[in-house]
Amino acid sequence: MTTGMPLLSLLIWVPVLGGLLVLGIDDARSSVARWTALTISLLSFLLSLFLYAGFNPDSSAMQFVELRPWIESFDIFYQLGVDGIALPLILLTTFITVLVVLAGWEVIQKRVGQYFAAFLIMEGLMIGVFASMDAMLFYVFWEAMLVPMFIIIGVWGGPRRVYATIKFFLYTFLGSVFMLASLIYMYMESGSFEISALYALPLDMPVQILIFLSFLAAFAVKVPMWPVHTWLPDAHVEAPTGGSVILAAIMLKMGGYGFLRFSLPITPDASRELDWLVIGLSLVAVVYIGFVALVQTDMKKLIAYSSIAHMGFVTLGFFLAFAISERGGNMGAASMGLQGGMVQMISHGLISGAMFLCVGVLYDRMHSRNIGDYGGVINSMPVFGAFMVLFALSNAGLPGTSGFVGEFFVIMASFQANFWYALLAATTLILGAAYTLWMVKRVVFGEVANDKVAALQDVNRREFFILGVLAVSVLALGLWPAPLTDLMGSSIDNLLHQVMTSKLVP
Amino acid sequence: MNFVSPDLSPAYAEMFVLTMTCLVLVVDAFLRDSQRGITYTLSMLTLVGAAVITSQFGVDARISAFSDHFISDPMGDILKLVVYATTAVVFLYSRDYLRRNDIFHGEFFVLALFAMLGIMVMVSAGSLLSLYLGLELLSLSLYALVAFQRTSTQGAEAAMKYFVLGAIASGCLLYGISLLYGMTGTISLSGLAENLTTADQFSLPLLFGLAFVVVGLAFKFGAVPFHAWVPDVYQGAPTAVTLFIASAPKIAAFALAIRLLVDGLGDLQGGWQDMLTALAVLSIVFGNLVAIVQTNIKRMLAYSTISHVGFILLGILTGSQEGYAAAMYYTIAYVVMTTGAFGMIMVLSRKGFEVEQLDDFKGLNTRSPWLAGLMLMIIFSMAGIPPFVGFYAKLTVLMGLVEVGLTWLAVLALVFSVVGAFYYLRVVKLMYFDDPLDQGKPEAATDIRVLLSANAILVLLLGVFPDGLMSLCIKVFQ
Repeated sequence: MTTGMPLLSLLIWVPVLGGLLVLGIDDARSSVARWTALTISLLSFLLSLFLYAGFNPDSSAMQFVELRPWIESFDIFYQLGVDGIALPLILLTTFITVLVVLAGWEVIQKRVGQYFAAFLIMEGLMIGVFASMDAMLFYVFWEAMLVPMFIIIGVWGGPRRVYATIKFFLYTFLGSVFMLASLIYMYMESGSFEISALYALPLDMPVQILIFLSFLAAFAVKVPMWPVHTWLPDAHVEAPTGGSVILAAIMLKMGGYGFLRFSLPITPDASRELDWLVIGLSLVAVVYIGFVALVQTDMKKLIAYSSIAHMGFVTLGFFLAFAISERGGNMGAASMGLQGGMVQMISHGLISGAMFLCVGVLYDRMHSRNIGDYGGVINSMPVFGAFMVLFALSNAGLPGTSGFVGEFFVIMASFQANFWYALLAATTLILGAAYTLWMVKRVVFGEVANDKVAALQDVNRREFFILGVLAVSVLALGLWPAPLTDLMGSSIDNLLHQVMTSKLVP
Repeated sequence: MNFVSPDLSPAYAEMFVLTMTCLVLVVDAFLRDSQRGITYTLSMLTLVGAAVITSQFGVDARISAFSDHFISDPMGDILKLVVYATTAVVFLYSRDYLRRNDIFHGEFFVLALFAMLGIMVMVSAGSLLSLYLGLELLSLSLYALVAFQRTSTQGAEAAMKYFVLGAIASGCLLYGISLLYGMTGTISLSGLAENLTTADQFSLPLLFGLAFVVVGLAFKFGAVPFHAWVPDVYQGAPTAVTLFIASAPKIAAFALAIRLLVDGLGDLQGGWQDMLTALAVLSIVFGNLVAIVQTNIKRMLAYSTISHVGFILLGILTGSQEGYAAAMYYTIAYVVMTTGAFGMIMVLSRKGFEVEQLDDFKGLNTRSPWLAGLMLMIIFSMAGIPPFVGFYAKLTVLMGLVEVGLTWLAVLALVFSVVGAFYYLRVVKLMYFDDPLDQGKPEAATDIRVLLSANAILVLLLGVFPDGLMSLCIKVFQ
């Protein structure tokens, strides 16, 4: 359907230009900056709802397509469109951004305009990444995103913020330049940067493997997969609450999205050849990082490691299809793996965001993220305690919450692929429960640890609203995931078809 | 004997600039110190006039004039227009800086205009002789400019180094030229191109001559290992002069490379490609690594320039039209970014306070968010992060490389731009994450602030809409 309105362009440029507007508001009028930022983020959210309303889930084709020449000298187009894979992520982005703006409302007191501007510009750029149908446009958004994130962590972050943010930038930049080299190479082969043209480009196996590895370098850093995950705990711990939420909820999903949009369909044969590599790394992330999370004493670090483990599930789900097809298994299971990965991404976006917001609520009051400084929080903050327990349970994958759906799908699919995959993947149910619930036990329950905890104020209306909205969405998605899975069903099947078709020159 | 008056129209711009510069020189001699504004205005008018003439007499195709000593072509016209604009920007940025340091003398403008004339002659050179003439006019003016703050011992030292090394480079170039002349019997570039064939790239004497020519070229570019003068001159010269040396002469070096290597010695490509590869790789590796340990902003920018020069050389060494266009695009993008960066240094300096150290950028965001934002764009552009122009400059060069199958060079260049990102990020870190050392507000004049803003926003705009300049560069090489 066409609305006649360039919805995707609006979704990208309203936040970016709005962000520039907010940038101009100085600290003397910080409440103007807050309200403007909130208005713009709500407007973007509204626009994304229009997108949802106008989206036809039965079609796997790109929708809301916009096509304009951009750099004609190199056949680069400003080409936008969404399918069932990109749309849920765009919705997640606009939704989380509203909450992030609210979460920074009173907490941020220095350079308020710049803070909100950075998040709004980020929002626009992230939507640009999800909506690009041209590889170079994708790359431009992908890299440009680093600039506001660099500033967010570095300006408003914790004590070791400079180290963390430079590490974050250089890690992700190094990963992406290899992708750029591959994209240029494929442009020389196909004469186009259009992603769909790259899908159709036949490639030899050695070339495919190189391209696959370069994509892996870019996306594995972003996901992040073990062993290139070490920037994440640093960045998460030092980032301000809003930054952690955006990082965990959306930026990590860029990597997963990249696998679906680039690695799998552009280099299907290399993916088949090297699926053991990705699956192996994913299982290491699930099991080993799970143990690492167990021993953390810093709440944010614990959630950061839990994010790595959960993202391991996502990449596992994406690359199961080959093993399933080789065992002559049904394609339904393969598609279930992909769907599970996608659902896990959305659900993890909500849950990790919520967990970081919970830590943020505590940090704003106590200025400590150390688990040892807490204990018996529920006595002084009963409402907050309830929220935190709910999110912790969904992080551990409790049935009825969104955390369960994705994990269940992926474990089911991995049984079809290989018993050992499933066994190792399933350990997350134990490990996840162990590290999350143990943290909750030490922080929320037990004796009141000290006077500071006893004097804690429960959540205010703003915080209640943020956590409440997230709790509702986590439960809704857990009890009734059909709207989400329907949305991406046909796009996933189309992708699976693409992935199962060899691109080798006969 | 019949004397036929040559058609002078291809060189109207050069003649105009020469006449006007002499006029400025004479007029300035009769002015009191308080009236230097007249010199400034006259110099600006010279640039405007030259721009009008060049665009009026612009050509669509190559014209040779004065027995092949002079070439007028679209590439030359565009480069000249960029040079005028750059010089005008330099004058504008420098005005207050020179006044503040009591060096607001006519020499600055006269020498800069002569240097610009040298660049114009190089850009339009059709023979080895005119190429060399232009180069010497440029170089001699620059030596004098570096030393032009008479009381500064640092400046004198830098000028001495620059002069000695530059003279050696000119000697190398001249020796190479003499060898080429000896082997081919012509000094005209088109004559060289006619007399040489691709088989000549294995001729030892020619390669010997070529090597000397390339050495001279590398000196002028400041490519490793002929870069030793760059950091010292950048640091020692008054910032206004550094700004000039860092920008316009790079366009001249690019023109020199194209005229000499491509137009004249195109058939020896097999020979110079390897030499340029070595220079480019060394420049990118060395420039980026050494920049990391610099604490002086001008030295850091000097090493950053060296790595940018490596990229320009990468574009030229592809030997393809796309590569030349990419190198030209890179050169122009580099000039835009560099004028912005040095312009920022001058805007931040005050009476009695010269911005020299990187630490002087500390906490700029607290002192002036707007200036910090502008510098942020320039710095990220230099690091090659989209959506700024520096990214597309790198992109076009890389595409040129991959197209001719030099993918390994492209990957190497990419990896070292990640290394380079580190020291650029440090500047952003100082501006945004650290507390200011002093609370003084920058006190630059409004027109200079507007110019700086326009300069930085151009970095962004050329990045968001890169196609115009890019297709222009591609067109001139078709």
